[in-house]
Amino acid sequence: MLTNQDHSFSKSHPCHIIVIILSFVFSGFGASAQAEDTATVATYSSDISPAVDLPPITLLAVDTDNDNGGSITISWDDAGYSELPQFRGYEILRRSIQANAPVLVGTAPHGSSSLVDKSVSDDTTYVYYVAATVGEERFVSDSSSHVQSTWQIYNTTLTPLLIALIIVGGSVIFFIETAKRGRKLFLRKIAGLEAVNEAVGRATEMGRPILFVAGIADIDDVQTIAGLTILGRLGRTIAEYDTKITMPTRTSLVMTAGRETLREAYMAAGRPDAYSDDMVFYVSDEQFGFAAAVDGILVRDKPAACFYLGTFHAESLIMAETGNLIGAIQIAGTAQPAQLPFFVAACDYTLIGEELFAASAYLSEEPRQLGSLKGQDVGKAVAMMLILAGVLIMTLASMWELDTMNQLQQLMRDLFSLN
Amino acid sequence: MKREIPLIITFIAGTVFVVAYFVPHSPFNRAESLFNDWFAILAAFAIWLGALNLLKICALKVSRRSKDWYLGFVIIVGFFVTVAVGAYDGVVGLSNVPATAFRDPGTNFDWIYRNVYTPLSATMFAMLAFFVASASYRAFRARNFQATLLLLAGFLVMLGRVPVGDLITGFLPPAYQMSQWATWIMDFPQTAGQRAIMIGIALGIISTSLRVILGIERSRLEGE
Repeated sequence: MLTNQDHSFSKSHPCHIIVIILSFVFSGFGASAQAEDTATVATYSSDISPAVDLPPITLLAVDTDNDNGGSITISWDDAGYSELPQFRGYEILRRSIQANAPVLVGTAPHGSSSLVDKSVSDDTTYVYYVAATVGEERFVSDSSSHVQSTWQIYNTTLTPLLIALIIVGGSVIFFIETAKRGRKLFLRKIAGLEAVNEAVGRATEMGRPILFVAGIADIDDVQTIAGLTILGRLGRTIAEYDTKITMPTRTSLVMTAGRETLREAYMAAGRPDAYSDDMVFYVSDEQFGFAAAVDGILVRDKPAACFYLGTFHAESLIMAETGNLIGAIQIAGTAQPAQLPFFVAACDYTLIGEELFAASAYLSEEPRQLGSLKGQDVGKAVAMMLILAGVLIMTLASMWELDTMNQLQQLMRDLFSLN
Repeated sequence: MKREIPLIITFIAGTVFVVAYFVPHSPFNRAESLFNDWFAILAAFAIWLGALNLLKICALKVSRRSKDWYLGFVIIVGFFVTVAVGAYDGVVGLSNVPATAFRDPGTNFDWIYRNVYTPLSATMFAMLAFFVASASYRAFRARNFQATLLLLAGFLVMLGRVPVGDLITGFLPPAYQMSQWATWIMDFPQTAGQRAIMIGIALGIISTSLRVILGIERSRLEGE
């Protein structure tokens, strides 16, 4: 099933073997020379007492997987020291094989069993020790194997995601090329986008402005980018209709990008003289300060049409309900699932999730952009097939305790777990 | 060139971010970190741009006695009073032993924060309660089959979340009481619907990102 559950690789299926081989190849054949260190506790510290009535702590130090190097992961099994009444914690010690004395690299509290040491150098080989501190005494493990950190070329845990990206990206590019060759592509109508011209026309007839809010996130958020690309298409229509637009922004960078987008839209419509920088203005970085300002604009200016397209949080309903109270035609779109019900309840049209990202391409009516939407559909078809396969496998695995089914079930879990 | 340069910059930056996600080492992680630093620097300078723009618009409104000019006046006064108080507290704090910052508890700036900013923010947030009530009233009207389903699901979830729900269905075995119905609705139909939306969003983000990176989506440059 497509869940976010965390499941480690099972060692029984072939995928794991392939990953191990790939990990070995990618780690440069030199990740960790696994020779046992012969150093004993007594050789490096005189104040460390050997364990007397419990077996020594066993530990494993390995290069941290799928990283940029400079990191070793130490894990241990404490053999019962943490259950002693005076147990105070663990000390993790490290010694480079050229040095005689170990250094303390970290401490860990009761209940922990691993630590990532990020203070290592890739060109040095180390051994580690873990000491359980009980009262004034320290019970030290034997040394770990020799270990050296290395960087990996590629993060193998992201392979399923890379495959998905290649399938979807490849489909998008394929359909863009298909559309460029002139093939007609069918697209279902999106009511919210069909109503854009109606909303602008209504504002023009009523002689009232249009309000556009590109969300409350900064320009590095893809929803803000989607909102601004829609503004580009909408701005052209607004310029053609000679209607006024007001765009308050929460961040300065969105203000700058919004101005640039509108200026270009007015130029594309042949109305550069009608554009003014005052149409787009910064209000406040504070979430509710911004919401208060938008509410004030709604109540005072009474825009005939309101567009809320981007990332929204708790302020979504405050704005949309106020817009509803003044009788504006409202079109909203966000990829925040928690805010969608509020927009659906308060707005006339809502672009749900992917429709927000499809809007710019839909409004442009350019074959290349429409082709990219068909590419998305391939991704959806693949997702649907995988969901059906997952449901089927899980159902069969629960009905019959067959090894093959359980292995398939584990494979599905592994494929769709990113951790 | 005015059109090509932004497209090239977008392509390089976008590609670096995609590759850096899968390849955790140099030069991609360094380039990613560098671009993030540049963004932070740009955003920091842009705060001045925004603040000056806000003051300019308000000052013009006041000087022209435009409609609701007094609101602009309140913003200008509020802006300068807050900056002045913060600066005063910062300078005075330097001579204290130990030195204090303008944001420390007990300063005048902190007084403004606790007694002006916080209540105003809380007031705006509190309005949400009334808006939720009015929006729910409209959303839960049983106008058609879908709206009736929504009403029914909402009613069961709300009732299942309070003790009276289980009290009403107390005659049923524990596994069939109202709280379990609410949990089932939230865990299965609600989660399934939400995940469907999330899958669509993920695909939409990939498609939009590709359009922007490959320069197919260029509405911001169409005036050239």
